[in-house]
Amino acid sequence: MTSVNYTQLLHLLRPEALLVVTALVTMALDLLAFRRGSLRQRFAACSMLAVLGSALSIALIVSERANASLLDGLLLSNPLTKAVQISILAITITVLLLTASSRFTHHVSEYILLILAATVGGMLLVATEDLLVIFLSLELLSLSLYILAAFDKRSTRGSEAALKYFLFGGMSAAFLLFGFSLLYGLGNSTSLPAIATAIAASQSPALNPLLAVAIVTIAIGLGFKVAAAPLHFWAPDVYEAAPAPSAALIASTSKVASFFVLFQIATIALLPAAGSAALRHPARGWVPVLAILSVASMFAGNLGALRQFSLRRLVAYSAVAHAGYMLIAICAHTADSLAALLYYVVTYALGTIGLFAVISCVEEDAGSDLLPALAGLSRRSPVLAASLAIFTLSLAGIPPLAGFFAKFYLFVAALQASPGSTPLLWLVVLAIAFSCVSLYYYLQVLKHAFVSPADDNITPLRAPFLTKLLAAALALLTVLLGCLPHLLINWFGAAIIASGR
Amino acid sequence: MTPLRLRPRTQAAGVIAIAGVLFSWDIAERTNEFFAFYLLLIGSVYGVFLASDVFLLFVFYEIVIIPKYFLIAIWGSTRREYGAMKLAIYSFVGSAMVLGGIIAAYAVSGAHSTSLADLVAASSHLSPHFQLIAFPVVFVGFAILAGLWPFHTWAPTGHVAAPTAASMLLAGVVMKLGAYGCLRVAMTMFPLGLAPWAHPHLGIHSWRDLFALLAAIGIVYGALVALVQRDFKFVIGYSSVSHMGFILLGLMTLNLTGLSGAVLQMVSHGLLAGLLFAVVGRMVYARTHTRELSLLGPMNLNRALPFAAVTFVIAAVASMGLPGFSGFVAELMILLGAWRAYPLLACSTGLGILIGVAYIWRTMQKAFFSGTHSEDENHRVPQVPRTWAPGSELLSHSEALAPITLPEKLGTILLIASSLVVGLLPRLLLDVVQPALSSPLFDGLRRGGPWQ
Repeated sequence: MTSVNYTQLLHLLRPEALLVVTALVTMALDLLAFRRGSLRQRFAACSMLAVLGSALSIALIVSERANASLLDGLLLSNPLTKAVQISILAITITVLLLTASSRFTHHVSEYILLILAATVGGMLLVATEDLLVIFLSLELLSLSLYILAAFDKRSTRGSEAALKYFLFGGMSAAFLLFGFSLLYGLGNSTSLPAIATAIAASQSPALNPLLAVAIVTIAIGLGFKVAAAPLHFWAPDVYEAAPAPSAALIASTSKVASFFVLFQIATIALLPAAGSAALRHPARGWVPVLAILSVASMFAGNLGALRQFSLRRLVAYSAVAHAGYMLIAICAHTADSLAALLYYVVTYALGTIGLFAVISCVEEDAGSDLLPALAGLSRRSPVLAASLAIFTLSLAGIPPLAGFFAKFYLFVAALQASPGSTPLLWLVVLAIAFSCVSLYYYLQVLKHAFVSPADDNITPLRAPFLTKLLAAALALLTVLLGCLPHLLINWFGAAIIASGR
Repeated sequence: MTPLRLRPRTQAAGVIAIAGVLFSWDIAERTNEFFAFYLLLIGSVYGVFLASDVFLLFVFYEIVIIPKYFLIAIWGSTRREYGAMKLAIYSFVGSAMVLGGIIAAYAVSGAHSTSLADLVAASSHLSPHFQLIAFPVVFVGFAILAGLWPFHTWAPTGHVAAPTAASMLLAGVVMKLGAYGCLRVAMTMFPLGLAPWAHPHLGIHSWRDLFALLAAIGIVYGALVALVQRDFKFVIGYSSVSHMGFILLGLMTLNLTGLSGAVLQMVSHGLLAGLLFAVVGRMVYARTHTRELSLLGPMNLNRALPFAAVTFVIAAVASMGLPGFSGFVAELMILLGAWRAYPLLACSTGLGILIGVAYIWRTMQKAFFSGTHSEDENHRVPQVPRTWAPGSELLSHSEALAPITLPEKLGTILLIASSLVVGLLPRLLLDVVQPALSSPLFDGLRRGGPWQ
């Protein structure tokens, strides 16, 4: 047992500590100084403080050049974790900007504190190769999200959705912990590389039954976090009833962190038990399990979205579908597919936050997120309508938007995964076919926004300026990342190579 | 190397685009948005024609879908949302197939860029087996947009629903994108896909035979269906399917005559279909508010709108293949080419041309010349048709129809003149098309495929 070097530990944790301090300072200032301001002012002030804290945290991460690994990967810092942490913080900043013009609760600083706590959870989740820390930070992330989902206390549907989310989440956490305990039993260590060595050493031709159970339970636990079918039932309700910033956070920060940690566990600890999802010669392992989840998600998400009349529920089902596409990248488990996955999940997160910005503007004005509420949007607010078009078309995968290149890189990486053969071809074909289905419901959204005539209501949309600005900026970013996709993907690619993956 | 051969179709697209603007002079609702979508459509069409990189070509090919959808869904007529959605989904399925094929070729051949020349060079290492699988996927992906039977059903509904300028572009340019992609991407990248199969099925020996057969079916089928339509615009819509069949058949002949004919037909049909849609959509429908042939007849349109009648007659005989117009040269070359490759199909294509004469004649007579038109009856108020479409503002007085405006006349003259130039001086086009077809890009097709 090596002695713990607390100075180094604290040094590594500076970005996370800064966020916690920001949260506490925000809380103190809100309770002491901002108390008398209007709700809107308090939300704006607190969010801006938190944005400042997150930006400083990014600066800290960027300025730290050295790589480190503490206590067998209990805490890591390498270019890859830094890149993902920066993405998570950037995404949180956009969510905070979306929060800045809300006014659904009087507990402003508590709300901001929970957002920052969830972010800290996400950042820790990324920066570790240890089962215990993974589980703890996942719980920090999840518990914050449960409360965030229920934060609008006046909404009974919000409470119902949050309760559902919490019960499902508690269940899946139990599964995950069970799987982790089996892994610990197999590897006699909580560190992912050590578990991999143990599994590789004991690998017989047949898969160890304990390992098989561990794979399935971990897939259930993390499949819940990424909203893969058939573990997605919480998603439509939570997306529909949670406050817009909470839903955006669940759809973005949480997604990025969960997908990354799923990739980490699968490719580090379980690499010797990968198996194969080739149709002709499948082999037991976690790849076929994730392939099944992926197919189920594409089915459930795309077909479910066809019948939705609420924009938020539609986004939720499309999130399930996109989780299906992203799981293909994990099935491919190469360095290229990790870069493609990160590009996909980050651009997807930014687009979804943009969508929620548009949704919250429409809700502010019309009081509903049903598709007919969008009627005449193109005349009432051309900027919002154009942003909506860019976000939905990007999700549908129309070039030259970011969503198209995300899919493109992902499919290419999946096809190039194993030289000489294409075991994932059928998954890619299925994904391409389903993205044709998805065009239908995305175009339905645009049809309501552009084609349906407004019933004599062509007054400009009343919506907070900042939210509109955020939507427009994110739309611009979606176009930019689509026209210059190499900027982001090369950044991730370089980080992956520099981290020796 | 390749820009030369792009010129004719880009120019044709430009001519049709200008004419489309001239025929859109009457758009009153949301004018700014209309032209924004219109220009986006034109811009991406140019992008497809001018791209020398397959990936870029694909990007523009997909961008085309979006403005098409909105142009039809917002400014269209009959069942516009259905037509628009159908068209968008069909196009997207087609482009998804193309994307699948391109990704597969890129991943398997190990090319270092997606430039067409590089990809063609790299794909010469692809195994014949792979090419036999990839070729039909990419070819059909493009051919869906070219109206290959039996994937043509989006075309008539889309054309009918679209506003005039959009249907001109749709028939005149967008369908050509599909044929262009077939020739320039599918056939150059997977030349061995055209080679015979190991085992013939049902007397068909290769994908080439199959697609040639489908094209011939499309020619005859489109013509037959056009023969029995009651809606004026559906006639033109199905005639497009029939004429697009000629292009695909020309591609499958795989000889210089047939291929050049196909390229000529792309230009020619673009101009003539544009003109026909302009007559139907802008000159007739915008004034009479009906496209029912049985209702148009009694309106005495040959007297009320003589300019429209004359234009339609010219466009109709030109698309039937009157010598002097572009349609004649193009179809003649395709037939000559087809005669060498598929004598039997060439005969059935001749049948298609005959039926073409029949439906054009029937439509012309029903729409323009079936009213009371003798001199002494001229003073009588034209018969009011008994069957009204509910809610349609049918005009009972042919005199009440607004006269043809200057922009319409200019657009008409532009299109007819272009068609005449191509018809009288086909050398102008052939001189750039044929050297391009002999360029290195088509080497694989000449060497590996059954080139004649």
